[in-house]
Amino acid sequence: MSDEREPQGEPLTPEPANEPEDFGLEPTERAHREAEERQFIEPETDEGAQELHPRSQTGAGELRTEVGAVLRLPEGGFVDPSDIDIERRDDQTMIINMGPQHPSTHGVLRLMLELDGETVLRTKPVIGYLHTGMEKTGEELTYVQGATNTTRMDYLSPLANELVFSMATEALLGVELPPRATWIRMLMCELNRISSHLLWMATNGMDLGSTTMMIYGFREREMVLAFFEKTTGQRMNHNFIRPGGVAADLPDGWQDDIDIICDTVLARTYEYDELLTGQPIFRERTEAVGNISAEEALALSLTGPMLRSTGVPWDLRRTMPYLAYDKLDFDVIVGSYGDNFDRYSVRLNEIRESIRMVRQIADMMPPGDYRVQDRKVTPPPRARIDESMEALIHHFKIFTEGFRVPEGEVYVAVESPRGELGCYLVSDGTSKPYRMHIRAPSFVNLQALPLLLRGGLMADAVASISSVDPIMGEVDR
Amino acid sequence: MSETTPTAAPPATPSGVLPDVPRLPDRLVDQLAFPGRDTYKRMVGAFRDAGFELCADLCAVDYLIHPGRSLPEGVAPERFEVVVNLLSLSLRQRVRVRVQVPESDPVVDSLFDIYAGTEAMEREAYDMMGIIFRGHPDLTRILMPEDWEGYPLRKDYGVGRVPVQFKEAPGPR
Repeated sequence: MSDEREPQGEPLTPEPANEPEDFGLEPTERAHREAEERQFIEPETDEGAQELHPRSQTGAGELRTEVGAVLRLPEGGFVDPSDIDIERRDDQTMIINMGPQHPSTHGVLRLMLELDGETVLRTKPVIGYLHTGMEKTGEELTYVQGATNTTRMDYLSPLANELVFSMATEALLGVELPPRATWIRMLMCELNRISSHLLWMATNGMDLGSTTMMIYGFREREMVLAFFEKTTGQRMNHNFIRPGGVAADLPDGWQDDIDIICDTVLARTYEYDELLTGQPIFRERTEAVGNISAEEALALSLTGPMLRSTGVPWDLRRTMPYLAYDKLDFDVIVGSYGDNFDRYSVRLNEIRESIRMVRQIADMMPPGDYRVQDRKVTPPPRARIDESMEALIHHFKIFTEGFRVPEGEVYVAVESPRGELGCYLVSDGTSKPYRMHIRAPSFVNLQALPLLLRGGLMADAVASISSVDPIMGEVDR
Repeated sequence: MSETTPTAAPPATPSGVLPDVPRLPDRLVDQLAFPGRDTYKRMVGAFRDAGFELCADLCAVDYLIHPGRSLPEGVAPERFEVVVNLLSLSLRQRVRVRVQVPESDPVVDSLFDIYAGTEAMEREAYDMMGIIFRGHPDLTRILMPEDWEGYPLRKDYGVGRVPVQFKEAPGPR
């Protein structure tokens, strides 16, 4: 080929010794071939593209996952196999890409959908667009700083994230919290559940075309956030719940604020009933859409409103009480059909239950310290620093070096607005976690999407995605 | 964390069903079980049949720079550990299964056949720690890009740093 330009023979660049013959293939084709060969050489993983492939290139096992069929039910059988036609030809269907930037994907969720006309056949969520390595970051931060990291995972319920990290640290430390700290934590977490569910109602309304609900949801949530700002200094990412207690006591006049929030939000939930619950269009769009059974939900490790909507009364606040939830009187809301409407009504009624709980907490709020008076964990008060050198040193040590946590491993779970939020913490005896793993409910719940969307319409897919309530910050961490 | 005391918890595992593996009572209620890699899947299956309906969590830990940890006798520590948290709704109990996985051969059985919900969790453990789950239908990277090299949560994987400038940078004169 270079003979014409260089008649004297030797090419300028010597050819590599064992370059594969290219048989006249295009570069892209060659790349594909090489990738295939690589896969063949390393059979122990089938690491490859994360996308949804055409049926002809997908293995049977993977295909069944993507249609959401591989579920082992208690009887030992699979989901009705006749439901799923695996033998469909490529040219009858179309694979489309939804996201990562899409108005209804709640962040940067990317879905690949296989469609037959308007009907969704297979779904594959492709995630990781918001991955910032927060679990790795958590290993570099001390336990004092750790809550600032975890609070940014689920940005709609930051207090639940702080809570689970703090509870895991305290379990390793073995400190006992003063009652007021526990009750302030409960108060804040329930208010956070209200604000999180309100935002879910807002975005779910928007996905179904109700812009009114969107404005209403954001309006009510703002009231709660204003209270958070007053208490913690920030609307989101509070770093308020810390190992050893909470950062500050409740502000003066907090009971009045709570009263106003509870009265207003409760009254407004009845407006939502008028706006959505009883409205024929809304019911048509949500009832019997995105059904999931209790067995399927358990097999897929779903928790929170997703699981409760199928009729399983599992709420960690009731079934494995933490903080002081066993002293409160509240109902666990369950649905019966596991469809989008049930998930809506579970969340709506959980707002009402949370209001009930917030009122009880406000009535029963005990006096006392808002953080543990253990000098190893809690920095000395500001006044002491001016008069005592030791207090100053102590303060400095806690904030630079942190406190040492005994060796051990612990798994702690709380009920976040989205489900079981767990923290697996491994300590090697230093002031930084050796390993911090967060069991993110959104991450696990997203696995239900192939099942929720299968056989439904493309337009309903948007509603079903929203009803999972995925928070991408938490999914990708 | 559940508030019940360890003594109050009834034994979660019917005797005879489970393979004989070392166990430790956890100081925080959860029962611990340490199966070998060969008995791991069988044991999780037995737990499932014993009423642990939900696999709450699956993650991996790299013990590269913290080899000493409390393991029961007969369990040789390895570099990696796969930790599975199972939850029983009917018994209101948790059990934690911890498997040692050697660095030279980081392969364990996938739990996908038993709990379909471990699909994403095992992909994450593979992506972050490089543990290979045998029998997983689609073991690809989930959080990192497909062409990423290395496993970020391993302890020998460096953390990127941005140098902090404390003094004013010399401006262009």
